[in-house]
Amino acid sequence: MAVLSETLPARVAAEMAGDVLEVSLGGVWQAAEVRPSWGEVLGTRRPARVRFRVDEVEKWDSSLLLFLFAAQQWCQANGAHADVGALPEKIRLLLTQLAASHETCVPFDRTENFLITVGLATRDLVSKGTAMSSFVGECVLSAARVVKNPRKFRWRDCIVEMQQCGAMALPIVSLISFLVGVTLAYTGALVLRQYGGDIYVADLIGLAMVREMGAMMTGVVLAGRTGAAFAAQLGNMKANEEIDALETLGIPAVTFLVLPRLLALGVMMPLLALYANALGILGGMAVARGVLSISPTAFWVEMLTIVSLGDVAAGVIKAVTFGLIVGVAGCLRGLQADRSAAGVGRAATSAVVTAILFIIVADAIFAVLFNIVGL
Amino acid sequence: MIDPTPGPATVPAIEASRLTCGYDGTVVLKDVSFAVRPGEIFFVIGGSGCGKSTLLRNLIGIETPMTGVVKYFDRVFAENDAAARRALLQTFGVLYQSGALWSSLTLRQNVALPLEEYTRLTPGEIQELVALKLSQVGLSGFEDYYPSEISGGMKKRAGLARALALDPAILFLDEPSAGLDPITSRRLDELILEIRGMFGTTIVVVSHELASIFSIADRVIMLERAAQGIIAEGKPRELAADSRDPRVIEFLHRGDLPAPGVAGGAASGQ
Repeated sequence: MAVLSETLPARVAAEMAGDVLEVSLGGVWQAAEVRPSWGEVLGTRRPARVRFRVDEVEKWDSSLLLFLFAAQQWCQANGAHADVGALPEKIRLLLTQLAASHETCVPFDRTENFLITVGLATRDLVSKGTAMSSFVGECVLSAARVVKNPRKFRWRDCIVEMQQCGAMALPIVSLISFLVGVTLAYTGALVLRQYGGDIYVADLIGLAMVREMGAMMTGVVLAGRTGAAFAAQLGNMKANEEIDALETLGIPAVTFLVLPRLLALGVMMPLLALYANALGILGGMAVARGVLSISPTAFWVEMLTIVSLGDVAAGVIKAVTFGLIVGVAGCLRGLQADRSAAGVGRAATSAVVTAILFIIVADAIFAVLFNIVGL
Repeated sequence: MIDPTPGPATVPAIEASRLTCGYDGTVVLKDVSFAVRPGEIFFVIGGSGCGKSTLLRNLIGIETPMTGVVKYFDRVFAENDAAARRALLQTFGVLYQSGALWSSLTLRQNVALPLEEYTRLTPGEIQELVALKLSQVGLSGFEDYYPSEISGGMKKRAGLARALALDPAILFLDEPSAGLDPITSRRLDELILEIRGMFGTTIVVVSHELASIFSIADRVIMLERAAQGIIAEGKPRELAADSRDPRVIEFLHRGDLPAPGVAGGAASGQ
C-alpha cells in the first residue's frame, strides 16, 4: 500500500513492510507551498518502526525538517522507533537541533495579577510626582544661580527659542483666537438676542477673551506646538547621549537646556496672550457688526464699561503661569524620555497631555484665588 | 536552507554589471561590476564613506541603481511586477547594522513575522522553526524578550535569526561585527561559517573588521571613495601579500603598523 501525493511538488511514498513503515520523501519541499502532513501519510497504520529516506528530494528547506520532526515526535509518543540512519548527516544534525530547541523553548509568562498592577501603578504615580516636584525645585535653584551670575545664561538659545515659540506661533494663534472670538459671539448672540440685549455681546466677548480664553487658548496651542517640540528635542538629545555629555562636563542640563526655554516661554506667552485677546475681540466685533448690526465703536465703548485693567492683568498672570507649565512639562518629559525613537514619541505625547491637564487645573485654581482676592 | 543546488554552477549568485549608484544626483559608485559565486562568503570592504552601504542598499533592492543591473541567480528586480519582486526578496536574508529588530515585538514574534507572511506553515510549525533559528544563533531561552531587554550582540544575533527565517539563498550582512567585543565578534564569524557550511548560503558581508576579513572571507572587493569604485578584488591573504596598491596595503596592513608611541614594535596582527 502506498500513499503518493502526485499533485504536490513535495512527494511522500509510505509502504508497510511487516511492522516497518518505509517513508520515502521526494520532490521539492518548500515552506511556501502546500505539503503533505505526517498525519495524512500515516493514516490508520500503527508501525513499530519507521524508516526515512530522502534520496529523491530535489530541493528542500525547513519544511522538510518540520515533516520529519513531526514524524519523530509521533514515534516518540507512540513507542515506535524512528530510524533516521539513512538520512544525510546535515538533516540529522538539524533534527537534533530542532529537538533540542523544542525542549528548551518555554514561553515566558508576563502576566501580572491585579494587586501587583495596582501596586506598580501607585508606585509609578508617586515616583512621577516626586520627579516633577524635584524638577521644578531644580529649575528654581538653577534660576537663582543664573540670577546671581547672568553671564552663564544661554541668551542666544533663549532668543532663538523666543522666535520659535513666539513669532513663529503668530499665524496659528491669530487664526485660533479670531475663530474663538467668532464662536463666542455667535453663542452669546443666541442667548442675548432673546432679551434684546444684543449689545452685551461686547461685554461677553471682552471679558471672556481677556480673562479666560486668550491665555487658555494660547496655552493649549503652545502645549501642542512648543511643549511637544521641547520634549522631542530633549528626548532626542537624551537618546543621542548628548545630555550625558553635558552632565559629564559638569554642566547641568537644567541650566543649559531648560532655563532658556522656560524664560522664552515665560516672556512670549503673555505677549501672545495679549495678541490673542486682541484678535478674539476683533473676531467678536466682526460678528457683532455682520450679524447683530452693532458698530465697532459701540462694541468698543460697551466693552470698556466692564473690562478693566485688572482683568487684563489676571489674563497676563495666567498666561505667564501657563507658559511655565508648558515649558516645564515639555522639558521634564523630554529629559525623562526612554533612549529610543519610540521613547521620544511617547515623551512628546505625554508632554502635551501633561501641559493641558495642568493648564486646566491651574486655571481652576486661579478662578478661586482671583475670587478671594477680588481681582 | 535551500539545498545548495541552485542551477548550473556557472550561474553566479549575484552578478552586478556596470552599476552606478548614489543618491540625490550624487554618484557614489560608478560602473561597478562584480560577481559572487554560489556558496561564497564575499566581503565588500573599504574605508568609511567609500560607498559600501550604498552598494548594499542597491543590492538588497531598497534603492534602485542609477544605471546598470544586478542579477540574482539570473533573476532581476522586475520594475513593474510586485509579485516577482516579492518572490525575489523572499530569497534574501538581511542583517542590518543595528539589528533592526521591531521593538514592539518579542524575539519570537520578530523571527515569526517573515514566516507568517510568506509561508504556509501552521502556527505550531512556525513556533518550532522560530525556536530552532533562535537556538542556532545561541539565543535559546530569550524567545520572549523584547529587543530593548537584550544586549547589542544579542540583538545582532537575533537579527541574524530573523534573516535566516526564510532559509535565504543569499544572506546580506551589514557590518555584522561593528560595535561587538572581539569574542562575540568571533562567535558571529564562526556562526557565519556554520551557516554557509550547513546550508550552502551565499553570504555577502559589508565590513571593515580586519579580523573577520582574514578569517572568513573567500573573496573581497575593496571600494574606494576617490576612485568611486572597486580598486582591488581577490582573496584577502593574496591581496595583503601581493597587492602593490598603497591604498590596499594601508588598509589591509593596519594591524601590522606599530602602535602609536611604541617604538619599533610590530604587532603580529594576522
